[in-house]
Amino acid sequence: MSLPRPSLTIAVTGLNATDNPAPGVGVIRSLRAEPSFGGRVVGLAYDALDSGLYSREIGLDAGFLIPYPSQGVEALRERLRAVHARTPLDVIIPTLDSELPAFIALEPELRSWGVHMFLPTRDQLELRSKARLGELGERAGLEVPAQRVLSDAGDVYRLGAELPYPLVVKGVFYGAAVVHGPDEAAAAFHATVARWGLPVIAQRFHAGEEYDVVAVGDGRGGMAGAVPMKKLLLSDKGKGWAGVAVKDPHLLEAARRFFTATSWRGPCELEILKTGEGRYLLIEVNPRFPAWCFLAAGAGQNLPWAVTRLALGEQPAPLTDFKAGTLFVRISLDQIASIEDLQSLATAGELLRAREGP
Amino acid sequence: MTGKPTYQRPMLVRHQAGLMNKLSRVAGMRPLTEIDGVPVAALVERFGSPLFVFSERSIVSRHRELRDALSVRLPKARLAWSYKTNYLDAVCKVMHREGSLAEVVSEMELDKALRQVAGTEIIFNGPYKPEGALEKAFRAGARVHLDHFDELARAEAVARRLGLAPKVALRINMSLPGITPWSRFGFNLESGQALDAVRRLRAGGVLQLAGLHAHVGTFVQDVDAYRQEARKLSELANLLAREHGVMVEWIDLGGGFASNNTLHAQYLPGEQVTPSFAQYAEAIAEGLAALALPPGREPTIFLETGRALVDEAGSLVTTVHATKRLTDGRRALILDAGVNSLFTAFWYRHDVVPAQPFAGTPEPTILYGPLCMAIDVVRDQLLFPPLSPGDRIVVRNVGAYNVTQWMQFITDRPAVVLVSRTGEAALMRRRESVETLLAQEEVPAWLA
Amino acid sequence: MDTLQRLKDLAVSESGFVFDPHSGQTFSLNETGRAILEALKRGETVEQIVTDLRQGFEVEPGADLGRDVHEFLLLAREQGWPVPQVEAP
Repeated sequence: MSLPRPSLTIAVTGLNATDNPAPGVGVIRSLRAEPSFGGRVVGLAYDALDSGLYSREIGLDAGFLIPYPSQGVEALRERLRAVHARTPLDVIIPTLDSELPAFIALEPELRSWGVHMFLPTRDQLELRSKARLGELGERAGLEVPAQRVLSDAGDVYRLGAELPYPLVVKGVFYGAAVVHGPDEAAAAFHATVARWGLPVIAQRFHAGEEYDVVAVGDGRGGMAGAVPMKKLLLSDKGKGWAGVAVKDPHLLEAARRFFTATSWRGPCELEILKTGEGRYLLIEVNPRFPAWCFLAAGAGQNLPWAVTRLALGEQPAPLTDFKAGTLFVRISLDQIASIEDLQSLATAGELLRAREGP
Repeated sequence: MTGKPTYQRPMLVRHQAGLMNKLSRVAGMRPLTEIDGVPVAALVERFGSPLFVFSERSIVSRHRELRDALSVRLPKARLAWSYKTNYLDAVCKVMHREGSLAEVVSEMELDKALRQVAGTEIIFNGPYKPEGALEKAFRAGARVHLDHFDELARAEAVARRLGLAPKVALRINMSLPGITPWSRFGFNLESGQALDAVRRLRAGGVLQLAGLHAHVGTFVQDVDAYRQEARKLSELANLLAREHGVMVEWIDLGGGFASNNTLHAQYLPGEQVTPSFAQYAEAIAEGLAALALPPGREPTIFLETGRALVDEAGSLVTTVHATKRLTDGRRALILDAGVNSLFTAFWYRHDVVPAQPFAGTPEPTILYGPLCMAIDVVRDQLLFPPLSPGDRIVVRNVGAYNVTQWMQFITDRPAVVLVSRTGEAALMRRRESVETLLAQEEVPAWLA
Repeated sequence: MDTLQRLKDLAVSESGFVFDPHSGQTFSLNETGRAILEALKRGETVEQIVTDLRQGFEVEPGADLGRDVHEFLLLAREQGWPVPQVEAP
């Protein structure tokens, strides 16, 4: 039982809640759902129009723009220093793949300011990189699909029998396309490079049911919590629009093995495919919360809160139970906002909201 | 003090979704007014603009960092300075003084290196080594790394004619996951070609097989490639010892380490992605753990890292010649240096900073060079403070390849200076002039 | 519609944020840009604007205010602002 922490201030990134949503809003709603938490939540956004900034429901106390990850560690450090001076932070929960290297690099310095995070190490991040899935599978004792790293478009014409079409072409951070022949693969290669750069991965496509597990590793090889989910509805971008918490011991076991093999520190999402013959293949590990992580809180495991406590150096008891059959169903809502909010974000890069009540 | 605000050029920026973040790199951008304590303005005044400036302190400290990262893991590791990366005499001298051998890939580089170091301190690579070059190399005692069967035969003929039995190495290529194989260089490992070359070399009875060499690629950010390369070469060395009675004396793992530059096709900036020397060294040491040669017979390990040692040491100082507004609203700056001097602008999104304090709201800007060609773009699209004609800009991390691959197209190549560790600046290469150009020219008699 | 009235409808904040209620576009101006917009709203000519700027700001010798104002007005026209046609300086 942790003491209530009314004074805690937690910053969360990834507030772009479009039809391909970033995880920030889900993380913040989970924190707000924690009865013992009455503190402040600060949104760290990349654009004045990141939609989560305008949501009254998630109760942001402040929003700040931060520089894009592509602008480097130095710019981020300076901005976080300014944010921290304005609104002292206790914990930051980064939620985007592309910002992790910078936050990992800054972790020791942020700690010296009194700002805590619970992130994978650079080595852990490296090991779960899409390019090294085979090695990860071997280490963790998990079956993975065959794949090859592509470094130029010509490579797609040289894929051997081990990688028959159809294939999945994936970017190093985001994006995946199923292709049915080399020409299509070359086109997908170019599109992926233009967006996310090299390397690009060609992965064998397996038919089956896809499951996702949101989980938190305690950094010592243990599992602080995990909730598997089956998507029930996809948006036209292939994003889960509804899903149900499921209790399949194989999925939890896969997560456990991943944590044992890597001593993973922090949140992650495992994508696992169950084939017709009942094999479980680890497709990918995302090194952050998924956008649907509020489902876990609804099913009984508040994983963002667990990460907050781990970041603060506490050792919360592992969350083991959850209610299978809990659904999430996403809806689109139009928020009403004022031009003053946009003005404040566009010109000052920040939005401060007075707290209601005492 | 009048209390009036300072005038800045008026600015109007339309907000666009996805571009509404006032915190660009310029938020953390600081002017680079000095290079190792020497004011940029003073350098330009003395040596002109554009100007390449190298920091001796940076070269030396990077060199020592790599050497230390290697030596704690691999006692018999040595660096060989890759001449093609930057073969200015002064730069090579700094490298040799720090203990590097010379790694050359042409007869011209060989000639240049022979003026600096003993022949035995030279590694001679590359697919084109004419007879004269081989003869020069063998006479000097250089380590020749053979690239193909024709070269093997040519090397044998030269050695036989000279009555020498030189020690040579074979360049090997191999398939590594995630890396486009450079099968055009050397003998292929997987197809058995490499072992054919070993048998052929031994059957010739002239050359002594003493080394193995491979090269993973260029700007390789995945340290795992080196781990696997080192492992494969180690296994080959073990096989040679076991089945062919050949005990290699050196293994050359090539170069290719990435610098802190950011490739055009790279999302995160280089400083976040590029592995440290320690990470590269660790991977290499892990791969070499596969070596199983008798104690006391451990081979010397050579590395030919060029770019990662010298890139950060070099800066290009350039001057704003004009500013203009493009029809799409972007600000354009025309600089006095373009892709003719800065060849690497084709590869990287170079880090550029003003060389004097600046004010004003940053806006989308494109940096053009002085050439009358559409390709002459130094930086496409960056957020940059408003500068005026005469202002200076420093392009950072340009020490590798520019001073060798620059073009003499419609204008002179700029001067190159070195700033010493005590803050002294001196020329390493004079600015060219029309005389430089004319010195090579002849007019046929019937036109005179 | 009256050009001056449309200019006056452009809502400018202290921080230089502009909302054009006709087009729905938003913009940022720096301090100099804001001064020019305010001058336009008063119906000033380019010459008057340049004089205003010289009076209101600390101008470094060598700055070409005429060129700057001209360029600003061209940019403003491209953004659809009801800026009066200007002659090249």
